[in-house]
Amino acid sequence: MRQRPIEQDIFERRNNFNAVEENLTAEQVKIEASRCLNCKNPQCVKGCPVNIQIPDFIKALKEDNLEQAGEIIRQTSMLPSVCGRVCPQERQCEGKCILGIKSEPIAIGALERYVGDNTEAKKVSIIPSGKKVAIIGSGCAGITAAADLRKAGHEVTIFEALHKFGGVLRYGIPPFRLPRKVLDREIKNLQEMGVKFEKNVIVGKSITLKQLKEDGFDAIFICSGAGLPKMMNIPGENLNGVFSANEFLTRVNLMGANDEDKATPLKVGKSVAVIGGGNVAMDAARTAVRVGFEIVYIVYRRTEAELPARLEEIRHAKEEGVKFVFLHAPNEIIEKNGYVDGMKFEIMELGAPDETGRRSPIGTGRFKVLDVDTVIVALGTGPNPIIQKSASTDGINFATDKRGYFIVDEETRETSIPTIFAGGDVAPVGASNAINAMGAGKKAAKAINKYLANNYNK
Amino acid sequence: MGYKILSKKELCPNQFELVIEAPYVVRNAKAGQFIIFRAEENGERVPLTIADVDKSTGALTIVFMAVGYSTQKLAELNVGDELVDLVGPLGQPTHIKKYGTVVCLAGGYGAAPCYLIAKAFKEAGNKVYMIMGARTKNLIFWEEKMKDACTELFITTDDGTLGEKGFVTQVLERIMNSEKVDYAIAVGPLPMMRAVAELTRDKGIYTEASMNPIMVDGTGMCGACRVTVGGETKFACVDGPDFNAHLIDFDEVINRSKIYKDEEKKRSENCNLLKMATK
Repeated sequence: MRQRPIEQDIFERRNNFNAVEENLTAEQVKIEASRCLNCKNPQCVKGCPVNIQIPDFIKALKEDNLEQAGEIIRQTSMLPSVCGRVCPQERQCEGKCILGIKSEPIAIGALERYVGDNTEAKKVSIIPSGKKVAIIGSGCAGITAAADLRKAGHEVTIFEALHKFGGVLRYGIPPFRLPRKVLDREIKNLQEMGVKFEKNVIVGKSITLKQLKEDGFDAIFICSGAGLPKMMNIPGENLNGVFSANEFLTRVNLMGANDEDKATPLKVGKSVAVIGGGNVAMDAARTAVRVGFEIVYIVYRRTEAELPARLEEIRHAKEEGVKFVFLHAPNEIIEKNGYVDGMKFEIMELGAPDETGRRSPIGTGRFKVLDVDTVIVALGTGPNPIIQKSASTDGINFATDKRGYFIVDEETRETSIPTIFAGGDVAPVGASNAINAMGAGKKAAKAINKYLANNYNK
Repeated sequence: MGYKILSKKELCPNQFELVIEAPYVVRNAKAGQFIIFRAEENGERVPLTIADVDKSTGALTIVFMAVGYSTQKLAELNVGDELVDLVGPLGQPTHIKKYGTVVCLAGGYGAAPCYLIAKAFKEAGNKVYMIMGARTKNLIFWEEKMKDACTELFITTDDGTLGEKGFVTQVLERIMNSEKVDYAIAVGPLPMMRAVAELTRDKGIYTEASMNPIMVDGTGMCGACRVTVGGETKFACVDGPDFNAHLIDFDEVINRSKIYKDEEKKRSENCNLLKMATK
């Protein structure tokens, strides 16, 4: 039987930000690992965006060789403690596991996370190459690339716009899903390897790409993410009490606004509608529960079957009392004295599948009002144009798609400007998530290492 | 990268000038841009407009009034202390060009950013009038500096203790009646900026106002600073802070500025520091 981690009591965890799930115990790990069939043609590996050699690391676990399991995972993934927690495994590795056809797939995520938490990355000796690489952004893509670039001997500097490092892992994903000690440990490891971290530097404002080149950086990796929130463009959107999920989560996760000792304020009302159905919506709703909203709705314009969030988070949200309202599309936010006093939705039904096979919601002309005093918009984000805009004033014009994402070579992640690479959510190839960003970081680092090595020999 | 305080002056009661070591901010800073600071580890991120920069030393000057918890914390720091965080330059620079005759209207402690703005307009070949207003004489600062930055300086005080008695708008009206004004820019409290916009609207004088909404990150990732301009939602931190004053929805801006008033009041009541400051 699939082993499940012990979870914090439902009523207790509604009031704290501690991890909901504990790690599997050593005993559970052993049982779970022994369920793996060690397939000749492992589908799970194909399901992993960075192709971790899953049966190999599980075999090492079976043989009580934890260190070796760690080494196998870290050959391809630098952040097992993070990815084991935040990957949507049911659509990746675990979704492909053969055992899943007749019973339950191996808990690959939980095993990976156990290994990540209980082993250390091997220390490597670094031979200076004399080359300098600038990484713009300290999220998943940036920290992954930094490790591989540093190992190749380059002087690596990560520039971060905010005052703390980690990107979405810091300001977006709440600690009940990703304990901060896990993230802090990854950053400390990189610092110990000699990667330089510079906070409060906005590339495109504090320093331009041209100035980075002038300051002697031989290659640049842009991984600034997609942090620009999409709003709904409906009446009442700028009323007091309407927040982007980015703002709400940043206030709580980065600024500690729920903590009385921290200066950043938080507006906690009675009832909130979180608009959207992705992980960010789940995170915002579950955070709203924890900061004291009495009624928390997730309002989604499709049905439960189409919810893009991780299954685990949907289950956790339900257990914590979040109410799901399906087939409702935002129409208008109702005002009273400048504040939110309810939200009007159009009731939808699902139409025929579109070209991607997804059924689009269609309005019915019927409406419903939810009695809420707060609205949190979690409808996705776009790329921040600061870097492209600033570069273009220096005559550096990047090829971008119509939404503003960098167009890159799929293999090397090089942009249209030679020696400048981009990856992660700012130049997405595939789904926008932690492991794909990591994959991009690895690919870019490989290409940069190759480029600098060739250049170096000249 | 330390953010060390190099000098500190109390310009007028509760209003301070700090010069801070901030090479990353200063390197590319232009008139009208702003910074975000955190004074202490538990602090919030607060925006302040850049008042002056020294490109040769990397020193940044800010001017602020200790009006709430965070500005009070900032005011407590002394020469040699370091801020925990300082980031910038943020926002779009003021749209400096040769327009002809430019009027800069500076209200209260919003006056400081007008120094760099006026100076840049003057350097671009404009005739620059600066009208500086405050409640009373001892709230007027940087008189000499401002004089140097513009072609002609006017001072108004509500109580007539310095310069002309009344508001900045009455001087603006006089200038508008006697000559053609090509561009006006207002930096100060919202009612003052709104009054300027109303005055120039009928005459069709292009006017910008520098918005100071609530901000968190200041880099466009949250939208706390949303402002409706000509019916469109803009983020003041990346699209502004200066916008066409005739298109700004001032009612909305004023409403949004009040969102945390209960939370801030609660904080002030609990804060001994602020109790001391107001005594």
